[in-house]
Amino acid sequence: MMLIFALFFLLPLVFVTIVSAWDYNEYEMIPAFSLRGYTDTFEGCIADLPELCTILKTYLKTVKLCLLTWSLTLFIGFTVAYFLAFHVRSKTWQIVLTLLCTIPFWTSNVIRMIAWIPLLGRNGLVNKGLQGMGLIHQPLEWLLFSEFSVVLALVHLFTFFMVVPIFNSMIRIDKRLIEAAYDAGATGWQTLVNIIIPLAKPGIVIGSIFVITIVMGDFVTIGVMGGQQIPSAGKIIEARLNALQFPAAAANAVILLGITILIISSLTRIVDIRREL
Amino acid sequence: MATKAAALELVQLTKMFGSVTAVDAINLKIPAGSYCCLLGPSGCGKTSTLRMIAGHEYATSGDIIVGPKNVTDLPPAERSTAMMFQSYALFPHLSVIDNVAFALKMKGVAKAERHAEARKLLELVDMQAYAARLPAQLSGGQQQRVALARALITSPQILLLDEPLSALDPFLRLRMRTELKKLQRELGISFIHVTHGQDEAMALADIVVLMNGGRIEQQGSPRDIFNHPRTEFTAKFIGGHNVIAVGDDTFAVRNDRLILKAPAKVATVTDGPSIPGIVNEVEYQGTYVRVAITVEGSPDISAQLSESEFDTANYAVGDHVLVSWDPAQASLLKTTSSATLTPSKTAA
Repeated sequence: MMLIFALFFLLPLVFVTIVSAWDYNEYEMIPAFSLRGYTDTFEGCIADLPELCTILKTYLKTVKLCLLTWSLTLFIGFTVAYFLAFHVRSKTWQIVLTLLCTIPFWTSNVIRMIAWIPLLGRNGLVNKGLQGMGLIHQPLEWLLFSEFSVVLALVHLFTFFMVVPIFNSMIRIDKRLIEAAYDAGATGWQTLVNIIIPLAKPGIVIGSIFVITIVMGDFVTIGVMGGQQIPSAGKIIEARLNALQFPAAAANAVILLGITILIISSLTRIVDIRREL
Repeated sequence: MATKAAALELVQLTKMFGSVTAVDAINLKIPAGSYCCLLGPSGCGKTSTLRMIAGHEYATSGDIIVGPKNVTDLPPAERSTAMMFQSYALFPHLSVIDNVAFALKMKGVAKAERHAEARKLLELVDMQAYAARLPAQLSGGQQQRVALARALITSPQILLLDEPLSALDPFLRLRMRTELKKLQRELGISFIHVTHGQDEAMALADIVVLMNGGRIEQQGSPRDIFNHPRTEFTAKFIGGHNVIAVGDDTFAVRNDRLILKAPAKVATVTDGPSIPGIVNEVEYQGTYVRVAITVEGSPDISAQLSESEFDTANYAVGDHVLVSWDPAQASLLKTTSSATLTPSKTAA
């Protein structure tokens, strides 16, 4: 277990970190210590202050998309899990409905993304429909290849990663606790805030870790749904890799990793996950 | 705490689950400030009755009256009742004091005030030293005390306890039993306690309500029920009785009221009923000796003899004996349909 962990997780991570501190030129990397990967990344950023340079804007944009997606998947995921855990009484229906949630996963990521295009496009179903009803006269441009479509696709892809761990936490909540709260005069909302949310916290944190780590590193969805117009941290790494600037790509990977760890550790600061498990 | 006790009255209370009748039109009056045990085998409707009184189960029909108030359609918190759940249902993420103060928090009482009130109740159950602990850090008995304190913080007039002692080991069960009774006396409110253990009901209750198949089989003081069982079910469930058929009548006779005689010593005419049998087991139990007697054509009879009684005759396995009793000590049983009878394993 430890060996596999070391071989497939720690070792590559160490390599990436080492490579990020190597020197490079236009066509090869030079195994000598240099922070060029980092300095090149932030080139001109200090000089431009207080104007934000492109790279900082990109990271900010990624964090913004990530937080938007996170809050939406959390809200939808929590609601779905709550419905499954507390309103669906029979075990059979719980299993059936949970499996229903997995149906989108029967097709690949890319197909599910592309499927949005005929729906949201300039001549897509939504625009045609709204025009047909006379609600709009011009097709809505922000439906596709926009932040809206990116967040929509991300939420669509990743809500299930929220539903499963939260449902898993909720199903373990003893139903008598809810009766006990009701007996003590708690309203439905008070029970939710005082009993269900605190007890579902481990699931909320695990789901959040899934969604945040995936979205922070994503560049395919943001690329396709943003019409390659929206920059993302993942895209920077890809671009550097395509330019064969491995140390620079590695440096960006390390920065991205740092930001992600920061978000997650501040999350776990709120909830002591070790204690909750 | 200025809690005043209230009487409870159930009128034609019925609970149906689909087409199954769990509680069948029961009528029951429990005077204020009494300790009442709802006793019966599992599935007899005692827990459904308690949950209807608590407001966690809708009554299909009938009324629940607490004091002067009809509470049938009120939510649990407005019924002047509080429930202590089986295995306690303490909130695992809240400390002991927050668990106890929960009902006050829901009412919007400020933190300092509700904690002060919770401390008073923790003192009542002798748990003030554990206020900061989480429920998982407490033993079963301690959890029960916390659950009691949590139920009592709303100053209920009737406390409902769902099998409160079943999660404890036998030694602790006896101790907590004594404490429950003491607490009920001190608070002066009614306790309604659901149990399937007849010993628990006998030890605690002012009123025992024995239920079977959704109906009340018999109710009364423990002594009344024990000495005058009216049905075969009651006699078997309450234990310590032999159900003996003589002719067309069935009697319940307490084990320790049976008289054994050696056939040789008996005059041809006896003044009471007598049944011949063969001793098939003798068990020394310390304070008494149990003699099991096989009777042809009917179930075994079990007699309890004092040590001195036993010594004078010194029965051995295989001896022929006559079983007799004073007719004044026997209870004539109403014949009930055999369908409602269950073997008295639980009463053993």
